[in-house]
Amino acid sequence: MSVAPAPRASRPSGEGHSRSWTVRTRERAVQALPPEKLLPDGQPTYVASWIYVFGVASLASLIVTVASGMILALKGPAWWHDTGVGHFFNSIHLWAVELFFFAMVVHLWGKYWMAAWRGGRTRVWVTGAIVFLVAVPTALTGYVSQQNFDAQWISTQAKDAMNSVGIGAFFNLTNFGQMYSYHILLLPLAVVALVVAHVLLVRRHGVVPPFEVEHAERASAHAARASAETPASAAAASPAPDPALPFPDGGAGS
Amino acid sequence: MRLYSRDDTRPWTGTYAPYDLVKELCIAVGAIALLAVLLTVLFSSPDLKSSTIKQWSRELPVDFVTTATAELDGTSGTAEYGPPYNHSTGSVQHAAFIHLQEWLGVSHPIDTSEDYVLGPLSSVPDDPELHAAVAAYRAAPAAQRAKWTAAYATALEKASANANGTVTVPPGEYGPVPKMMGALLAVAQSGGLDGDLLTSSHFYQTDYTKPLLFMADGGLLEKRAEAQHLLGEQWGMMNETGSFPGQVWLWLYTFWYQIEPFKASANADLLVMLVMAVLSLAFVCIPLLPGIREIPRRVPLYRLIWREHYRAEREAGAAGGPPHGDSG
Repeated sequence: MSVAPAPRASRPSGEGHSRSWTVRTRERAVQALPPEKLLPDGQPTYVASWIYVFGVASLASLIVTVASGMILALKGPAWWHDTGVGHFFNSIHLWAVELFFFAMVVHLWGKYWMAAWRGGRTRVWVTGAIVFLVAVPTALTGYVSQQNFDAQWISTQAKDAMNSVGIGAFFNLTNFGQMYSYHILLLPLAVVALVVAHVLLVRRHGVVPPFEVEHAERASAHAARASAETPASAAAASPAPDPALPFPDGGAGS
Repeated sequence: MRLYSRDDTRPWTGTYAPYDLVKELCIAVGAIALLAVLLTVLFSSPDLKSSTIKQWSRELPVDFVTTATAELDGTSGTAEYGPPYNHSTGSVQHAAFIHLQEWLGVSHPIDTSEDYVLGPLSSVPDDPELHAAVAAYRAAPAAQRAKWTAAYATALEKASANANGTVTVPPGEYGPVPKMMGALLAVAQSGGLDGDLLTSSHFYQTDYTKPLLFMADGGLLEKRAEAQHLLGEQWGMMNETGSFPGQVWLWLYTFWYQIEPFKASANADLLVMLVMAVLSLAFVCIPLLPGIREIPRRVPLYRLIWREHYRAEREAGAAGGPPHGDSG
């Protein structure tokens, strides 16, 4: 005699008010970043400038940096001093870092001149800026983990700045073991996590649109004409945005 | 006064162009990897061999003995440093009521006399004369010890290095100090001190704080750094050995050390760090800073960045149609 399994209680994934943390997390994630936004196959036509290359170049440099760093980590910190292959991968690691910072700085300047925080994109700028700030100690810990003269000099010189603000008590540049741990795990983890958050925010809000110069000029001219003709009716026809709000358009960026 | 100015940026409702995000990323990774390989093949990377105490004591024996004497009598840079190494005050920095260095306390204790001189000498085997000298030094009153080391330090200014690596000083009342320093120099020149300063109670070692600070008190690292344009007045550690680009992103940190009031301040490190902390916070908060965030709107660099977009809008306007991609 066979026993048919009891029908499993099913809940449509779209049903609201689920008590499952998993369902709620999934629903929130999909709502915030649906697949077509996460991996779009179209881009606004204003995204047409060489400056946009430096965002993806930063990301690509980070990937090459992490990949070459992983190869170095596989063989240990002394490998690159003793073998040609090790020195080759160390050189790639170094140049990838230089390219990463170069691309990131150009990217940041570009985004500043675009005022890329507009339209509810403040968090996009903030995460990008913090990536740069966290990348600096990430690189510094790499320099003091080199186990060569450069590491000796930098660690003994930079320790004074760390000690002066008390950081030296728990971030000792002359402790190779501690610096190596920071360099190959803790700080790269922070950089990668921040970059992931930054990219997801970019995908959620989209690339910031251009300043609406012509539109603003037309609107301004129109408002001036309307004001000259019938000030009261013009004011009623175009209510001013609430100045108390940081982004009166609601921050919808995409 | 309003904290926020009006942001009239609206969602884009204009046209879209086909875009392959994954393909673009793959191409970018390939291009950057190729560029990194090309730079590697062309320029490689620097790897100047590290200095050792053995090398230092052999190349600059007088400097080594002078430094060791300062460690013994507590007048070296490390001995007088303060937190996090000891309770001295020589390198303690503060700004107004901010005493972060003192507040965090001594976390990496170093007793330069014991750690760098007396301890290593006590571990030298089969040398009764040396052990007697060390015992005599330990047993002497503090004032007597200071008198010996001060006289010896003065004599070291006229010392000469011999061909066999030893150091000769003019005769004087130095007590057991010359015997101790001669033995320490011999241990260092044999390479024994490099390992001795690393080894504490563990077999495995990863903390180079003690040997690095000892060497930094001496002159070898500075001599090599000057030759590699790495001194503070040479824009310091943002440079790299040789002619390689170093940590150029540290230029702003390094910049402050080149100008007054930071340059001559005893609290330069703390002041620079505080200035950089404020600037970093401002950098992160640019979207919230009135004035700074308005500059891009007023400086028409964006017209260059989006020139294709504005050209298309002008052409669409001239043709009588709706502005190209007008999101309003």
